[in-house]
Parts: sequence; C-alpha cells; structure tokens
Amino acid sequence: MIRFTNVSKRYPGGFEALNNISFHMEKGAMAFLTGHSGAGKSTLLKLIALIELSSRGQIFLDGENVSRLSKRRIPFIRRKIGFIFQDHHLLFDRTVYDNVALPLVIAGYRHQEIGRRVRAALDKLGLLSKERLYPITLSGGEQQRVGIARAVVNKPMLLLADEPTGNLDPDLSREIMQLFSLFNDVGVSVLIATHDIQLIRSLDYPVLTLEHGRLANNPDGHA
Amino acid sequence: MIGRRRNQRVSAQRRPGWLQRLQLPHVYLQRHAQVALDSLGRLYRNPLASLMTAAVIGIALALPSGLYLLLDNLQRLSGSWDDQASLSVFLKDEVPARTAQDMAKRITGWPEVASVQLITPEQALEEFSSHSGFADALEALDENPLPAVLIVVPEGAHSEPEAASELQKRLRGLPEVELAQLDLEWVQRLSAMIEIARRGLLVISALLALAVLLVIGNTIRLEIQNRRQEIVVTKLIGATDPFVRRPFLYSGLWYGLLGALLAWLLISAGFWLLTGPVATLAGLYQSDFSLRTLPFLSLATLLCGGSLLGLLGSWLAVGRHLNAIEPS
Repeated sequence: MIRFTNVSKRYPGGFEALNNISFHMEKGAMAFLTGHSGAGKSTLLKLIALIELSSRGQIFLDGENVSRLSKRRIPFIRRKIGFIFQDHHLLFDRTVYDNVALPLVIAGYRHQEIGRRVRAALDKLGLLSKERLYPITLSGGEQQRVGIARAVVNKPMLLLADEPTGNLDPDLSREIMQLFSLFNDVGVSVLIATHDIQLIRSLDYPVLTLEHGRLANNPDGHA
Repeated sequence: MIGRRRNQRVSAQRRPGWLQRLQLPHVYLQRHAQVALDSLGRLYRNPLASLMTAAVIGIALALPSGLYLLLDNLQRLSGSWDDQASLSVFLKDEVPARTAQDMAKRITGWPEVASVQLITPEQALEEFSSHSGFADALEALDENPLPAVLIVVPEGAHSEPEAASELQKRLRGLPEVELAQLDLEWVQRLSAMIEIARRGLLVISALLALAVLLVIGNTIRLEIQNRRQEIVVTKLIGATDPFVRRPFLYSGLWYGLLGALLAWLLISAGFWLLTGPVATLAGLYQSDFSLRTLPFLSLATLLCGGSLLGLLGSWLAVGRHLNAIEPS
C-alpha cells in the first residue's frame, strides 16, 4: 500500500525533516508511527497525502509512483486516502451531515447515494442523531468522530491519522483506536501517527519509530 | 515489512474525470445547479454587503446604458428629419405677394425640385403667434416683421447634402431672395455630434466595464480569503481545482447579473422621470416624439453582458488567488 525508498525531505532553509526513510506497508495492514515531537511524523504523513513533496527518494501508493506526479492527478490520489487530523479540520459553517458528505460531493456521487452513505457512516460512529447539528455544539470526542466519519465515508483504501487522540482522554482514545481496528478489519489500511506510547503498547500492531528524521527500529528498511 | 494482519478486501475506487461526466451528465448538471444556488444563498445571507457590491456594479452599468439610450433616442429624432430635408428661402421684404406666388410656380418647374410651399407673412405671423406663446408681444408691433418664405423640398436624389447645397446656391442667386437656408445643415451637425458622443460613450463604457471587473475581482478576492479554511479542507480531501473554483465563479456571475438588473431598474426610473418633460417639450415642437425605453434585445444584452463581466472578473481573481492556497 505504502512503499518508501530512500526518502528524504529537506525544507527550504536546510532543515532536514526526514532522512533516508525506507519502509513498506502492505495492503490491509495497520501500523503506528511514533516518535518525539519534531521527529518527522507529520512530515511523513504529509508526504503520503501529497501535501508535501519529497526532496529525494521515491514513494509508491497502491503501486503508483507518486513522488513525481502532475498537479492534476493529486486530487484523485487524495480521494483514495482518508485523512484524520488532530484538530479535525471540520467546516464550522456546515452541519455534521454536510461535513461528512463533502468527500462524496467532491467525488461526484448522486444525491441519493450521498444520503445513504453519509447516514451509514454516521450510524457506524454513533452520530446519527447529531446530523443536523453544527460541529461547534459537539464535544471534542464527537468532533473527532465526525472527522473520522468524513475520512471513511468515501471508503478509502488507506486511512492516515495524525495524532487522532491528541486532545482526548484515555477512555475516548481507546474507543477511537477500536474504531480504527474495525475499519482495518474490513480491509482498510491504517497508519496512525501518535506519541501516546501507552496506547500503542495496549494494542498489538507494528510500530514505526522516528528519531530525528530517521527510522529508529528498522535500520535495514523493514519494520 | 508491515504484514497484513487480517483479511484483505479493497473497495473499488472511483476516479471521476471527464469520462464519468459524460456518463452522468445529470449528476454533473445537478451539482452545478446546487453550487449556483449555494452561491446565491451566500449572497442572500449577507444582504447588505451583497447589495452594496451589486449597487456599485449597477451604477457602473447604468451610466453607459442610459447614455446609449439617450443617444439612441436623439438619433431616432434626427433620423426622422433626415428624409424630409428642405430649404427655407426667405424673400426680401420689398418683394410683393404676387411676385412671391409667381416665383413659387417658377421654382416648382425646376427639375431638381419636388414641391414648393409659400408661406405668406400673414400665415407666418399667425402660425408663430399660435405656437410660440409670443402672441401678446407680436400684437404690440405695428407691422408684421416676418418675411415671405418659400419652403422648397428637393427631388429625391437632390436631397443628398451636395446636390442640396447646389440647389441652395442657385436659389441664393435669385434677386428676390434674401437668404436660402438648408434646413438639413443642423441635422447633419447634430448627427456629427451624436457620432462624437457615440465614440466617447465607447470609451466610457470600456472604462466602466473595467471598473466592474475590478469591483467583482476584489469582492471575490475577499471571499476567497474568508473561505480559506474551507478551500484548504476541500483540497485535502481530493477536490480538483475546477471544483474549488466553481462557487466563486458562480458568485461573480450572480453579482454581475444582480448589478445588471439594478442597472435596468435605475435606467427605467430615470426614463420614467424624463418622460413627462420630454412629452411637454415634444408638444411644444408639435412632435409626437416619445422616449423609447430599453427594448427587449438591449435588456437581454445588458443582463448577459453584466453576467459575463461578473464571470470574467471572478475568473481573474480566482486564477490569481486560488492557486496560492494549498494545504500545508
């Protein structure tokens, strides 16, 4: 699903966020990405979502080399990915329903199909009663679940989560992780960046550890 | 390697592009209609700001359209005189009435003349006092100050400016004639002035169209800045550039259309104000001339032109500012 070969990312000004990263994550896998803050977790996720471009090396997504991609193709690659942000990135002038429907509207689904899929996603995340509310009236945990509903409503092949439990208490965090496991159960690849070591230890998934822009636990390129 | 832990099932992916658009035209149109309505709704939710922008556009469009309409009416007025060009031949005071009648007959015989009408001093005085409102002043005069006048209408081909001035020269040469005046002259001068005004109007129209472009461009630029977060999020979840662009283009279109409608209202109100005085003036000149308001075709042009200007203005703003907003 994701393959990095000797990927480096250097920002203008010389800061090297990632240094010679190589790893391979198979389709249908689930893994954690961890490391101290500033180790390059967010940068790695941004490279996958094509928000940043790598300075060196190659990145393959679902078999396609995306490290040198025309700008026109980027939106279509992004539609294969569900991205979950620490601060949700919800649109506060729209209802929960409209927020979750956005990826489907973008992808050009029929009106009826959108309604069906949005309700299914909201139902799975226990938000069906809140579809008409505005995100600002929801709790932090609920807002995060809306963000997840939006990420999965388009049935992506890959879920990327950047500190999805950063603002949540341990109980809610566990709940969110269980949700990710459920999506992984139906074949979605999941990569979660988090520094919550305790949470990672309580779950039995492979872990990629970044240290100062290098992969610490797989010097030979394998997790 | 990070291995596969559980059963693998990958859902089929959709990659909508032009092919899908062809297959699902109604979905594509449905989406356009939705975006158009959504953009209109946004204007409606900010009525004061939207109205002010539309008003600026409306005034900018009303000025050249109104001027055009005035010129159009003026030209129509002068055009109605063009085909009945005639010469007024004023006879010398000492010429007796009989001679004047003989002259009228003689000139009627000329090949370049279609008809001659004699207006005796008495007739002239009567007409003048009944129409000009100077009756009282004229009564105070001891004798009739008006000369006899021959109204000479040239034959078809001789009413062209050159031939008419030849005829004017010939009439001037007659000993009894004090003055031969080509009535067409001032009509021609008016036409020339209208032509100049028309050119000026073209320049003004171009400048005001540019102003409309700038106003709409600026409004859309502000809207793009206000919706920055929304643009970033939609781009992050796979929106193409056309998708992001669309609502702003529709906003520009609506601004232009609303502005054009306002311009139409302004012009109609202005003409409504002018109708009364113009009718009075026309009555004084014994004319049944009445102002013509915007005909349907011109109204359609105004509305389409306004919408197009709006679309173009927002297109320029979107092209300049939207690419700068990328997720980071």
